[in-house]
Amino acid sequence: MKGFWGRLLEVDLATGAAHVLEIPEKAYRMFLGGRGLATYLLAKKYGEKWRLLDPLSPENPLMLLTGPLTGYYPGVKLSVTGKSPQSNSVVGSVVSSEVAVELKASGFDGLVLKGGCEKPCYIYVENGRVHLRDASDIWGLGGLKLIKKFHSLLKEDVNGEPGTPFVYIGPAGENRVRTAAVMSKLAHAAGYGGYGAVMGVKKVKAIAVKGYGSLPSIYDPESLSSLFRSTLRNVRERMKRFRQWGTTEGTWYTGYYLSSMPVRNWQEEWHDVKNFSHVGFELETWVKNPWADWGCPVACMKLSLVKREGEVYVTDNPDYEMAAYLGSNLGVFNPKETVLLSSLADELGLCGIQTGNVMGFAIELYEKGVLTRDEVGYELKWGDVECLARLMRDIAYRRGIGEVLAEGTYRAARILSEQKGVDLTRYAVQVKGIAVGAHGVRSRRDYPQPISYALSAQGGDHTSVAGFPVDSTESETWYAILDSGVVCMFTVLDDKGLLEYLNIITGWGLNLNEFYSIGRRIITLQRLLLSLGGPDAEWGVKDDDNPPRFYEPLPTGPYRGSSIGRDEVEELKKKYYAEIGWDERGIPTEETLRALGLGEFAPLLNQVRE
Amino acid sequence: MPIWILRDFSKCSSCKLCEIVCSLKHENMVWPEAARIRIYEIIPGLPVISLCVQCDDYPCVSSCPFQALSVGEHGEVLVDKEKCTMCGACVTACPGNIPRILPGKQGVIICNLCNGEPECVKVCSEMGYHALQLVSKPEGGVVKNYLVKPEEASTKLLVKMMGEAE
Ligand code: SF4
Repeated sequence: MKGFWGRLLEVDLATGAAHVLEIPEKAYRMFLGGRGLATYLLAKKYGEKWRLLDPLSPENPLMLLTGPLTGYYPGVKLSVTGKSPQSNSVVGSVVSSEVAVELKASGFDGLVLKGGCEKPCYIYVENGRVHLRDASDIWGLGGLKLIKKFHSLLKEDVNGEPGTPFVYIGPAGENRVRTAAVMSKLAHAAGYGGYGAVMGVKKVKAIAVKGYGSLPSIYDPESLSSLFRSTLRNVRERMKRFRQWGTTEGTWYTGYYLSSMPVRNWQEEWHDVKNFSHVGFELETWVKNPWADWGCPVACMKLSLVKREGEVYVTDNPDYEMAAYLGSNLGVFNPKETVLLSSLADELGLCGIQTGNVMGFAIELYEKGVLTRDEVGYELKWGDVECLARLMRDIAYRRGIGEVLAEGTYRAARILSEQKGVDLTRYAVQVKGIAVGAHGVRSRRDYPQPISYALSAQGGDHTSVAGFPVDSTESETWYAILDSGVVCMFTVLDDKGLLEYLNIITGWGLNLNEFYSIGRRIITLQRLLLSLGGPDAEWGVKDDDNPPRFYEPLPTGPYRGSSIGRDEVEELKKKYYAEIGWDERGIPTEETLRALGLGEFAPLLNQVRE
Repeated sequence: MPIWILRDFSKCSSCKLCEIVCSLKHENMVWPEAARIRIYEIIPGLPVISLCVQCDDYPCVSSCPFQALSVGEHGEVLVDKEKCTMCGACVTACPGNIPRILPGKQGVIICNLCNGEPECVKVCSEMGYHALQLVSKPEGGVVKNYLVKPEEASTKLLVKMMGEAE
């Protein structure tokens, strides 16, 4: 085996006992690692019982996985998966974290947590040895406070090295908020999927990993050294603007120029506030530029800092998604206030996209008189940073109206619709339990296609969009490969280059067709689990659709009047099903399963078809 | 003429490419712990660069009971792997705790300046970060002042950025 170790470390949280899960090379060849491998292992383990597995029970395993490209390809990501408390399928979430490298340097391709702890604990893995320790001193903390305190705790408790990487949850994860993220390095989040809540259910506050060995050996080390350097140079050249501006560039570009940015819960997608751009952020908030993670030639991050009423708020740029969801989507068009809200989301351990989405949903309901001051306890107003910060805290601590909103947009809409006796799902901008990322489809100028979210195996996830051609970097097969080889999408130049890399590491000698088959296989298996769903959410062919709002014409900006059509979406849907080998209800056919080597899962089709 | 790697904390992006190329060059592997240069990112975004400072009096060299260490033409510390027993005397003698001993690896690990052309400096400037630069070794005993403890240095950088006492 080249490029991976062929084993995962599994920890039983009830006892602290660790054991080794051997993974055959064939599984890596079929699924690579990360998202793909997790989907395979979960489908195999739960099979017919998938519907019964409650994502918010300790039984749901939390998987932190790497892939064959992790650590060798420039940039670093850690794959975070399990059964998602948002979509009830597997969501391949990724976060920039050196934990991925440390795991590989420990002789393991990943860590699997099963069961739960009785009391709050943290995990320290040193060279494959697992320590399960009391975390009562850091429970309740988030952000910088947690980071500082945890580093000293690691030192006192287990003689940890300074700077040992770790992932953690904030108060939101502890309180099982469905939009809680698994956090890393102050401002990074594995947000989609809601795995912060899964970690909270297990009462695991943090996971720190230190490995002293080398990464696993690879097939062709000589070629790797030179390919590594030339890839660095090419990526650096291509991504110069990212170095300077990061994705914050989108704050203006996607909003003003492409008309594809969420504004006030997607009622609009356009703004022309000049200072609400990377330039505004640079002038008002950036104290350090650039900032990168392990092995990265791009460095799209910058450190931001603002002060308000004696408090200091630190975060990254924020990136475009945060600027959109904790800025324009809440009616905030001001760099400093966006940084404040971003920093608060980081500290609470919330996914900024999905929390900004559910907050926008709530404010629109307030605006429409559906939610009242009596119910909320205070006024909800677009652009009012005080009330927004208060609402965000209420969500993280499940207080008042926060209790319902902590269930995420999809479930909150369901609950409130029932309570109020009116259909409020038309204001919920989500697909299959997952809030739509900050890239609209109505102006047709941004990268998502009309069916991108409707057909994604990860719902509204903007980092895993379906599209045509099916076997290309325009489609979800590609994103599945990225999350399973486990690399950062911003350091990858094209499919051929990545495949060459994979072959040099593994010696598999795959061609492009076989490469994309891996993507199809992963998506198809995720789709199967999505169709099973359960226990509190199930998806059928009618859910392969856009949020209702996307069919309303854009009211403002140069693309005023533009939208997408239901007929158009229906037609594209049929075309996509046919091309990827799913039937007219979007269920993978038995033939497709067999062709992809997924024949063992064919019996699950009976359950899906019910 | 002795040379030296100039380090700039504020320019360092914490990309750790220096660690990666260092281990690729010396070990032919990606092996962060075996890198001769280490980046301690205790506070995210505020890394501390740590590597041998080539003390004027080379306490590591004189502490070695087996004469495994010597000073090369560029002012670097050279390790004779055959002679090194990994007893750890140099680690104790080093005022910065810089030399590393790794299980399964013969010989203590110290930066040898890649025979005058350090890989870390190359990659750092190729990537446009310029946190590491090659200069002639500064005089006046200043090099030892760079032996900062990563934890303390991180806290100072944080306080500096926040603009107030902790
Ligand atoms: S290569 Fe340069 S910028 Fe990157 S971590 Fe090393 S010193 Fe810092």
